[in-house]
Amino acid sequence: METIEIFGIDALSMLIIAPAISALIVAALPANKVLVRWLSLAFAVLIGALAVVVFFAYDHSGEQYQFVVNVDWFSLLGASWHLGIDGISVTMILLTGILVPLAVLISWEVDDRVNMHLALILFFETGLMGVFAAKDLMIFFLFYELSLVPIYFLIDQWGGKNRKYASTKFMLYSVGGTLGMLLATQLIGWSMAFTEYGARSFDIEAITAYWPQMLEGQLFLGVDVSTVKALAFIGYFVAFCIKVPVWPFHTWLPDAHGEAPTAGSMLLAGVMLKLGAYGFIRLVVPFFPNIWISEVQFLNLGVTVAGVFAFLAMLGIVLGAFAAFGQNDIKRLVAYSSVNHMGFVAMGTAVMAVIYGKAWEAATLATGAGATSAELQSAILAANGAVIQMFNHGLSSAGMFLLAGAIYHKTHTRDLNEYGGLWVKAPIYGGVFIFTSMASLGLPGLNGFVGEFLVVRGSWPVFTWLTVISMIGLLFTGSYILKGIRATLHGPFNLKWRDYKLEIELREFIAIAPLMVLMLITGVYPNWILPIINESVTRIMSGF
Amino acid sequence: MDVNFSDINYLPWLIPVGPLLAFVIISLLTNRSKWVPATDHHEYGGHHPDYDGMEVPVVTTQSRIASIVVGMSGVVAAWLMSMTVFFEGISTDKLGDKTVFASGMNWLDTGLNALRMGVLVDPLTTVMLFMVPIAVVCIFIYSIGYMAHDPRQARFFSLISLFAGAMLTLVVADNLLLLFIGWEVMGLCSYMLIGFWFEKKSAYSAAIKAFTVTRVADVIMLLGIVYLYAMTGTLNFREILNNPETLDMLSNAPAIIFGSWGLSASGLIGIFLIIGTVGKSAQFPLHVWLPDAMEGPTPVSAMIHAAAMVSAGIYAIIRMYPLFAAGADPHHGVYSEPLIFMAVIGSFTALFAATMGVVQRDVKAVLAYSTISQLGFMMAALGIGAYVAAFFHLITHAFFKALLFMSSGAVIHAMEHGEHHVHEHHHEHDEHDEHHHHDETEPHHFDPQDMMNMGGLRYKIPVTFYAFVAGGISLAGIPLITAGFWSKDEILADAWLGLTHGYGPPALVFIMLALAAFLTAFYTSRQIGLTFAGQPRTEEAEHAGLGGPRSIISRTMQLPLIILIPFALFAGFVGVPPEFPIFGAIFSPDGNPFFDFVKYTVLEAFQPEKPPFSWWPVLTSFGVALGGWYLGWLLYWREPVKAGEEDPIKRILPESIYNTLMNRYYLDDLYKMVFVQPSQWFSRVVVSEFIDRGIIDGFIHLIARLANWIGDLLKLLNLWLIDGVGDGIPQGIVRFGVWLRRVQTGRVQQYLILAIMAALLIGLIFVVSTTVAAN
Repeated sequence: METIEIFGIDALSMLIIAPAISALIVAALPANKVLVRWLSLAFAVLIGALAVVVFFAYDHSGEQYQFVVNVDWFSLLGASWHLGIDGISVTMILLTGILVPLAVLISWEVDDRVNMHLALILFFETGLMGVFAAKDLMIFFLFYELSLVPIYFLIDQWGGKNRKYASTKFMLYSVGGTLGMLLATQLIGWSMAFTEYGARSFDIEAITAYWPQMLEGQLFLGVDVSTVKALAFIGYFVAFCIKVPVWPFHTWLPDAHGEAPTAGSMLLAGVMLKLGAYGFIRLVVPFFPNIWISEVQFLNLGVTVAGVFAFLAMLGIVLGAFAAFGQNDIKRLVAYSSVNHMGFVAMGTAVMAVIYGKAWEAATLATGAGATSAELQSAILAANGAVIQMFNHGLSSAGMFLLAGAIYHKTHTRDLNEYGGLWVKAPIYGGVFIFTSMASLGLPGLNGFVGEFLVVRGSWPVFTWLTVISMIGLLFTGSYILKGIRATLHGPFNLKWRDYKLEIELREFIAIAPLMVLMLITGVYPNWILPIINESVTRIMSGF
Repeated sequence: MDVNFSDINYLPWLIPVGPLLAFVIISLLTNRSKWVPATDHHEYGGHHPDYDGMEVPVVTTQSRIASIVVGMSGVVAAWLMSMTVFFEGISTDKLGDKTVFASGMNWLDTGLNALRMGVLVDPLTTVMLFMVPIAVVCIFIYSIGYMAHDPRQARFFSLISLFAGAMLTLVVADNLLLLFIGWEVMGLCSYMLIGFWFEKKSAYSAAIKAFTVTRVADVIMLLGIVYLYAMTGTLNFREILNNPETLDMLSNAPAIIFGSWGLSASGLIGIFLIIGTVGKSAQFPLHVWLPDAMEGPTPVSAMIHAAAMVSAGIYAIIRMYPLFAAGADPHHGVYSEPLIFMAVIGSFTALFAATMGVVQRDVKAVLAYSTISQLGFMMAALGIGAYVAAFFHLITHAFFKALLFMSSGAVIHAMEHGEHHVHEHHHEHDEHDEHHHHDETEPHHFDPQDMMNMGGLRYKIPVTFYAFVAGGISLAGIPLITAGFWSKDEILADAWLGLTHGYGPPALVFIMLALAAFLTAFYTSRQIGLTFAGQPRTEEAEHAGLGGPRSIISRTMQLPLIILIPFALFAGFVGVPPEFPIFGAIFSPDGNPFFDFVKYTVLEAFQPEKPPFSWWPVLTSFGVALGGWYLGWLLYWREPVKAGEEDPIKRILPESIYNTLMNRYYLDDLYKMVFVQPSQWFSRVVVSEFIDRGIIDGFIHLIARLANWIGDLLKLLNLWLIDGVGDGIPQGIVRFGVWLRRVQTGRVQQYLILAIMAALLIGLIFVVSTTVAAN
C-alpha cells in the first residue's frame, strides 16, 4: 500500500496537525491584513492539495482501511492514535479539503480581527479532519468536541445581530448532545474488556467486530447488557441527531446559520453537519445492529428503531422543506434547506441500519430471517446515496451560503422582500445563483439528484410509505428554491439598490467556481467518485 | 470501450452535444453586454420596465451575432447528425426487431453491478430524430428575427440551445434515467424561458407555475422510476420492454402499495410514469400551467408546444407502452389499469380543453388549449392500444403546431409593430399640441395578442396568413390534404375497431374525440376568421406589418413558416392506410410505410393490429372537421366581426357558460384556494412559527429557564448555608478566584489563544508520542 509522508509525518496525521499549526502561525502574525489573508489562503490550499493527493492515492479496490497509523497513546484507557480511512472517510476528507480554502477566500471580506477569524477557520479544519480520519473512538470524540470551539467563536464574535443567542443555543445544544456521547464512549471502551476481545479498547474496528456480540442477560457492572447498550445507543443517537440535524433536533441550525458569518455558514453546513451523518454510518449503524432492528411501540404500531429514525428523517425532509418555504430571510431559507437535504442522508442511513441489523442478526446470532440479496442491494444503494448526498450537500449548501453571503455583504439585509429584480444589475450573479439553486433543488444532470435518486431507490422497497410522503418534501424543495430565485432575481428591479454594486466580485466567483465545476461533473458523471464510496459501503454491508 | 463516433452505434452520443456545447460557449464566452441607460434604449421594448437614471446591460451587437452563429451551428450540427442516423435507420431492414443502434457505459456503481447510461436508436428514436431537429432549426431561425430587439438575445440563445440539447438527450436515451435527466433539464429550460422577461409578474408567475405543477408529476414519476429499478435491477428500455419474462414478472407481482386491491407492480409503475406525462404533457388535472406558459417569447411556446416539452411527455409513454400493456390485450378487450387511466384522462382532456379553446380571445391561448386537447388525443389513443397512431399524431402535431405558433408569433410581432407605429404617431401629434393633457396621452393598455384587436391581417401579412391557414386546416383535420387528418383519422379508426367489438374504453374514446375534433375545427376556423378576415378593427391592426419584406426580421420569421408548410400539409402521406380509396393506392401501395416501420419498436405481442378499412370513422372525420370548420365560417367569415362588435360566441353561449369557460372552469382559483394558499399558510404559520419556534424552541427555552432557576436556587443555598457554616474555606477560594481572575480578562482573543495553545499542546503530545512510539 502506498504511504505518503510529509516531513516524516504520515499524511493523515499531517492533515490533522497542519491546520492547527497554520492556525497558530496565523494567530501569532502581526495584524497585517494582506499578509494574513494570503498566508492563510496558502495554508488552506496546501492542506487542500494534500487532501486531494490522499483522495487520489486512495485505492478503492485495495484494503478497506488505508493510510493506517497506529501508535500507542493512552494505553491505560486502551486509546491509541489510530488513524485510517476508507472510501467514506476519504470522500469527506476531500470535501473538507476543498471547502476550507474557499471559506478562507470568502473570509477575506471580514475586516475585524482578521488574524483570529482566519485562525479559527483553519483550526476548525483540524477538528473535521480528525473526526474523519479517526479509527479510535476516543480520538473521534476528542476531535468531535474540538470542532465545536472555533465555530462557536466564529458565530459569537463575527455573527449577525442575534449572534449571542444563536451561538449560545448552538453550544448548549451541541454540548448537551455530546455529554451522552462521552458517557457512551466510556461505557463502550470499558465494556470491551468483557467481550471476547478481552481488553479495554476504543478501536472502532474491534468494537464493530466484538461489541455487538455482547448478549442480553450478561451483566456489566451489575447492569443488564441490553440496558447498557440502550444507554450507549441513546447517547450516540441524540448527539448525532443534533448534529445532522434530524428533526426535531434541528432548531439550533437556522439560528446558527443565519447569524454566522459567511465562511462559518459554509463550513457549518458544508462539513460540520456531515460529522453527525458520518457518525451514524461509521459508529451507530455497526455498533448497535440489534437495537436498530428491535421493535418499539410507536403510535401503537410495532416498528423498528430504524423505522422511527426513518420517520424522523421523513419529517425532516417534509417539514424542513415547508419551513424553508416559510422563511423570508435568505440565510434561514438556505439553512432550512439543509434540514430538508440532510433528511435524505438520514433516510438512507435508516435503510442501511435496518438491513445491516437483519444481516448481522442472521449471520451472528443465527436467528431472524436475515436480509435477502434484494434488500442488501437496496441498503447498499441507500447508503451510497446517503454518502454521496453528504458530499453533494456539502458542495451545494456551501455554494448557496456563499451566494447568500455575497448579496448580504452588499445590501446588508437578509430580508427577501427587500430584494427583487437583482438579476438586472447582477447578470453573472444571477446565473451562478440559479445554477447553484438548481444543484440544491436536485435537478437531474447536477449533483443533488444523484444522492436523492439513490436514497429514494434504496428506501422505496424498505420504507415505502415514508418514501411516498417524502415526495411532498421533494416537491416543496422546488417551491422554496423557486421562492428564493423569485424574490432575489425576478420582478422589477428594486430601485433602492440603484447605486449599489451588486454584481458578484471576482474573489467570490473564484471561490464558487470550483464548487460549480464539481456540481456539474458529479451530476453528469457520478462514477468519478461513486466507486470509491460503493466499494466501502458494499464491504460494510457484506462483511459478516 | 472502443469508441468510434463514425460508427452508427456511437454517433447518437454526439447529437445532443452540439446544442449543449453551444449553451456552454454562449453562457461563458459570447454573452457580453454593454451598460446603457435603461430609458434611452427604446429597443428595451415593452417587456422591460424603464429605470430612471440606471444603467442596464444590453447585449452588444458582436455578442448578439456571435451567439446566434454559435447557437445555429450547434443545432445544425445536431440536425446533420440526426439526418445521418435517420437515413441509416430507415434503410435498415426491420430496425428494432433484430438490430438497433446502441452503446453505453457504466454511470453509477451500485453494489456489485452498475447502472448503465447509453444511447439507443430504434424506430421511435429514428422518427423523432427526423421531427425534432427540423422543428428546432426552424425555431432557431425564427428566434433570430423574433428576438432581434431583445436586450438579452444571447442569453435566450444559450437557454434555447440547452433546451434543444436536453430534448435530443431525451430522444436518444436508452434508459429511463437518462430520459428523466433530459426531461427535467427541459423543465428547467421552460422555467427559465417562460420567465425570460423576468421583470413581468405574469412571466415569472407563469414560470413558477409551470415548474411547480410539472414537479408535482415529476416526483411521482421518480417513484415509478425507482420502483421499476427496484423490481428489475435495470432501467434500460430494451432490457425491460423487449423482454417478455420481465414484463410477465412485473404484471404478475402485486404492487408494493395498493397490491391488496389487485393492482400489479406494472400497473402501479405504469400509473406513476403516466402521471409524469400528465404533468409534462399538460393533461387534466395538471394542465393549468400550459396556457400560462405563453408568457414566454413565442419561439419558446413553439419549443414547448411542438418540438420539445409536451412532445417529450407523450414520447415517454409511447416509449414505455409495453409496460402499461403488460398482462393486457387491448385489441381483445383486456385492459390494464394504466391503459384505462390513459384512455379516460386522455379523452376527457381532449374534449375538456377544446371547450375552453372555443371562447379564448388571446391568439396564443387558443393554440395553447388546442395543444392540451391534441395531446389528449394521443394519450387516449395509447390507452386503447393504438400506439402507432398516437405516435403518428405526435409527429404531425409537432409540425403543424410549430407552424401555428410561429405564425401567431408573427401576427403578434406585426401587431406590436403596428402599436409602435401608432404610439410614435401619437407622440408626434402630442408635440404639436402642447396643451394636450398628459393624463389623456397615458398609453392605454393595448393587448397585441387579443384577437378582437385584429381583423383583416390577411392583406397585411400574407405569408403569415397562408402559413396560419396551412397549420390551421391541419389542426382542424380538413380531409385528405392535411397531415392532421391522416393521423387523427387513424386514431378514430382504431377506436372504431374497438367500439365495433363492443369494448368500453374505445367507445368512450371515439365519442369524446369526435366531439373534440368538431370543436377543434370550429375554434381554429374562428381564430383564423377573427385574425385575418374582414377589415382591421383597430388602428394598430391597420398598421400591422413585419417591417418590410427585406428586413432581417421579416425574412428570418417567414422562412421557417415556408419550410414548415409542406410538413404540416403533406407529412401525413407517409401513414395513409393502404385500403383508403385512391390515396392508399398512391401513397401506400406496399402497406402503410409509417406503420410498418414503427411497429418493430416493440415485441410482436404488443404490435397493434392494423384496423381494417371502414367508412364510418372516415366519414366521422370528414363530418366533424368540415362541420366545425363550416360553423366557424358561418360565424366569423361570412360576416367578419367589425370594430366595436362583440364576439359572436358570446351571443350564442349563455353567459354563465361563457364565463366558466373564460375562467378555465375556475380550476386555477380552486387550486389557489385548496393548495397554494394553505401550503403557504402551513409553512409560515404552522411549521416555522408554531412547531419550530413555538413548541421545539419553547421546550428548549423552558429547559434553559429551569436550569437558570436551579442555578439561582443553588446560589441562595450557597449564601445561607455555606457562608453561614464557615468563612475560612470560602476565603481561600476567594483568594484563588482573585488570582484566577487575572486569566479571566473577558477578552475573547486571549480565551482563543488559550484554547489554541491547549489544542496545540495536545497536538504536540500526539506528535511526540507517535515519534517516540515509532522509534
